Amino acid sequence: MADPMRIRANMAGDKVEVRVLMSHEMETGQRKDASGAIVPAHFIQTVTVTHAGKTVLSAQWGTSISKNPFMHFRFKGGKPGDKVTISWVDNKGDRRTDEVVIGGG
Amino acid sequence: MPFYRLLAPVLAAMLPCVSLAQQDTQKEIERYRQLLQESNPAELYEARGEELWKTRRGPKSASLESCDLGLGPGVVKGAYVQLPRYFADTDRVQDAESRLVTCMVTLQGFTPEEAKRNPFSGTGVPMLTTDPFSGVGRRSVMTDIVAWVASESRGMKIAPRMSHPKEREAYQAGERLFFYRAGPHDFACVSCHSGEAKRIRLQTLPDLVHSAKDAQRAFGTWPGYRVSEGELRSMQWRLWECFRQQRFPELEFASDASIALTMFLAKRAEGGSFDAPSLKR
Amino acid sequence: MHRSRREFLQSGSGAGVLALAAAAGLVRPGEAFAQQWNKAAFDTKSVADTLKALGGSGSTESAQIQITAPDIAENGAVVPITIESGLARTQTIAILIEKNPNTLSADFEIPAGTDPFITTRVKMAETSNIYAVVQADGKYFHAVKEIKVTLGGCGG
Repeated sequence: MADPMRIRANMAGDKVEVRVLMSHEMETGQRKDASGAIVPAHFIQTVTVTHAGKTVLSAQWGTSISKNPFMHFRFKGGKPGDKVTISWVDNKGDRRTDEVVIGGG
Repeated sequence: MPFYRLLAPVLAAMLPCVSLAQQDTQKEIERYRQLLQESNPAELYEARGEELWKTRRGPKSASLESCDLGLGPGVVKGAYVQLPRYFADTDRVQDAESRLVTCMVTLQGFTPEEAKRNPFSGTGVPMLTTDPFSGVGRRSVMTDIVAWVASESRGMKIAPRMSHPKEREAYQAGERLFFYRAGPHDFACVSCHSGEAKRIRLQTLPDLVHSAKDAQRAFGTWPGYRVSEGELRSMQWRLWECFRQQRFPELEFASDASIALTMFLAKRAEGGSFDAPSLKR
Repeated sequence: MHRSRREFLQSGSGAGVLALAAAAGLVRPGEAFAQQWNKAAFDTKSVADTLKALGGSGSTESAQIQITAPDIAENGAVVPITIESGLARTQTIAILIEKNPNTLSADFEIPAGTDPFITTRVKMAETSNIYAVVQADGKYFHAVKEIKVTLGGCGG
């Protein structure tokens, strides 16, 4: 089971400001290990952020997103106490969903 | 001929035309480091470390919650910055990582070899002494726990103890090691870490001999998440890696030599702010 | 043409819609509600090919797209980059790294109500141009910034 994401969601004016740090190797499939064998590609392919049943951000990623990916974005329509849910699916079918409660300003 | 000796005359010759460009480069690198500060993946290690501290593990199925890091059993807050120090129960000077080994052995029932196994996560370079099977992407319990222990001292002043005779001995041994030239390049720590504005490619090297500020910043930022490694790296790792770069024999994990050097560096950094786990290039 | 929409799948009520979608080749069995991943676009190896795969050939340069990133990345493994679009009705923001083995790094879909603003971190194989490609009001625009990538000291 993948590690939980570290998500911060706070109000910035009338917008919700979200910073999320994900735990993932984001292996490109081009690296070799100590024995010389290729380390197979293992990376997050899709990310979805929802609030109140609506998608507020979605992303498709390739192998060139850095290891332990970070994203920062803002959306309107949320308020303190609401939940923001972030999900990712990787190329092996592993997935992770975490949620955070929106804090004050 | 030591590498840095080759570098110096080349740099000197380039100095007139390069100095302004060098300043701009330095500024841009500072900006790169600034932009990175927005998020530190060290958090991921700290979170795992806190969990592991409380998890029952080993033959005794015990947690580390009564581990004594110098401030009493289970006291983690502020423990890292007063290390290395003398411990009566082991009758030796210990740093954070060797103390964690002690606790894993006495509280959890691991053998010393088991406790020291795989101390550095995901390294592509195999460790000879403690982890013949290291590989890319491997987690390290030790790295996770030391990340969390260090984080519990964040913002505090570096204050290693220096009252016990063995603490002074460790300092002196560390100082000797720091100045000891060896290996095929005839390097010592002092070769790179003494003198103004020394640099390897674009990395300026901290002057650990003459600059208290450099020493404080250096010691105060390890452990650190190193983006070039894609892993969180501890002080033990930093010393191990320095030895490797100098083409010295491998520095054994949690060895007396590593503790002595850590004591020397901690003392030189005394009074500085502990800002770890940090984020490094 | 840009991508298949997750919302389409979500609006359905169950087996009926999924069966239809599966039959239409839009979703593979067992991947219900999973977003589609544009494999073709992520396999491209040039800016031109990537733009074509995204449907953005003929993209015009726009000063309304701001790329905030360091001029020099001390390490290519982690390059922080922020893209902000001042174009009305921005729908998507894509990051292209010209000299990477695969050009397309990321493709973000920005629903109405979300700021056309994203910060993330990318890997760069070497000094390269980074393109921020924005689809706004059905048309494509881009901005370019060169980022130098250096090798660290001691080979790191």
